[in-house]
Amino acid sequence: MRQVYDMGLGARGDEVYEALMTAHEGLSEEESHALNVRIVLLLANRIGDADVLKDIFETARSYA
Amino acid sequence: MPAYSYAPQPFVRPPELDGGATGAPVAIVGAGPIGLAMAIDLALHGIRSVVLDDNNVVSVGSRAICWAKRTLEIFDRLGVGERMLAKGVTWKVGRLFHGGEEVYSFDLLPEDGHKYPAFINLQQYYVEEYLLERAREFPDLIDIRFLSKVVGHSASPEGVTLTVETPEGSYALAADWLLACDGAKSATRERMGLDFTGQTFEEQFLIADIEMEDSPFGDHGIAERWFWFDPTFHPGKSALLHAQPDNIYRIDLQLDLGADAKVEASEEKVIPRIRAIVGDKPFRLDWLSVYKFRCIKLERFVHGRVVFVGDSAHVVSPFGARGGNGGIQDVDNLGWKLAAVLKGEAEEALIESYHEERSHGSAENILNSSRSTNFMTPKTPIEALFRRETLRMAHDQPFARRLINSGRLSLPCSLEGFALQTPGEGKLRPGQPMLDAPVGNGWLLPLLQGEFTLVGFGEIDLPDVGVRRIGIGQSGKGYETRDDHGGYALQRYGTGLAYLVRPDGHAAAVFHGEVPEAALKEALARAMGKSCEREIA
Repeated sequence: MRQVYDMGLGARGDEVYEALMTAHEGLSEEESHALNVRIVLLLANRIGDADVLKDIFETARSYA
Repeated sequence: MPAYSYAPQPFVRPPELDGGATGAPVAIVGAGPIGLAMAIDLALHGIRSVVLDDNNVVSVGSRAICWAKRTLEIFDRLGVGERMLAKGVTWKVGRLFHGGEEVYSFDLLPEDGHKYPAFINLQQYYVEEYLLERAREFPDLIDIRFLSKVVGHSASPEGVTLTVETPEGSYALAADWLLACDGAKSATRERMGLDFTGQTFEEQFLIADIEMEDSPFGDHGIAERWFWFDPTFHPGKSALLHAQPDNIYRIDLQLDLGADAKVEASEEKVIPRIRAIVGDKPFRLDWLSVYKFRCIKLERFVHGRVVFVGDSAHVVSPFGARGGNGGIQDVDNLGWKLAAVLKGEAEEALIESYHEERSHGSAENILNSSRSTNFMTPKTPIEALFRRETLRMAHDQPFARRLINSGRLSLPCSLEGFALQTPGEGKLRPGQPMLDAPVGNGWLLPLLQGEFTLVGFGEIDLPDVGVRRIGIGQSGKGYETRDDHGGYALQRYGTGLAYLVRPDGHAAAVFHGEVPEAALKEALARAMGKSCEREIA
């Protein structure tokens, strides 16, 4: 079931997007892939709510 | 043949060629929008200037076309805002497309009660034409010299001397200040060997103006800003469409990396691309240009008696309309300060605050412009992947829409926290630009700009310390008052508040309930640079 998400970053969306691109700077595709995995695991831990996370996974998967 | 007919400006023999002198305290290099606006601003303060330009026509090509609300408010103060509004194409809606589908649209000015709209589009040649005509209304204060190329200058702590080449010979021009309004390729800057580096984007963009009777906006009819990521007519790239007056439309197309600019700007290449956008409607090519974008600023805008204004001090990519608009805000910031220094009302250190405030403003513009350009030109497969998935989710996810960056459009910058402002809290905080509102039979901003003004809203008395006073939503005072027409002003500013406003329309101080004379005088002194420390460069 796809959920719809509103902006949660307020006025700092561009800043966060930029920081994410910076995090990937200079990495090979394989290294970027691994970095994304680490980021996802860290974010999941930080969100800390299993139901919320399952909704996010399902929503993301629905675009595949 | 361009649609606009260029009238060559005459060369007038200056007194210096015959051993005379002009004696104007300010020399302005460059008669583009920035140089002309600068001369008019100074003239409104009674300051004489000489404006020098190496050529004799207004802008060749439409170049800067998007003029933001704040810029129009400044142009209003300079006496050309209404004319620009009447001629320009007003727009406020931006639409964003991904492939063949509209992802979302945004309204840049969702509220009413403002004299000027979010944006007008108006070709730079009209902007310059109107500014030039306005400047000509000050024959005793503004001396515009066309076909006058500045080829050298020397500066001391007391003043500057320029070497000027003309069709009738060379001469030396002496002035107290040199304002370099000579654009992105500033010869003044190059002569001084100042470092001007930053991010250059490898992608090239084709900018084409076309003239056509039918609107490429189709059934929408009304002018908007349309931006495409990966459009069907230009796969894998981006495109932008804007309307201009005289049935001229601006199309920006991202080109392949390493594309040959000469080939790309040829009609054989361009016409089919435009056909793909506008279909089989007849059109005529008016102007073509190929750009690389750069985001660069000078470290210091003030070098003794030489001050950099506009593109000579900072260059941004066009996405966000922050170039010309940023430059006009420079003018707005510098005009009153330089006039105060030349009249002996303020110390020369006040000019340092121009550097601090506008360097901050241009850094903000460069940050936004770089982020937009980076989003538009992914540099690695992973960046392209992030962008693709953001665009895909944006079709139904509001959060993803907010991450799409096709240009964050020019907003006035806040000067909060800088030396001239007295810190305070209010609906509007010191440093922020004042907001327009309908008052009486007119508008609020024209009553506040041009000189220091104390404005009170609702129940608050304004003491007389020699500063212009205006009361909104009050009556029976010993100073000018206006009705709060429609309730906008008090809603935007609060009631029982007063604001000290700088001549450039930024709040300098805020008062709640009452305005103590001593505190007002202190805020005024501070805004005139009493707390400015000049760095020894």
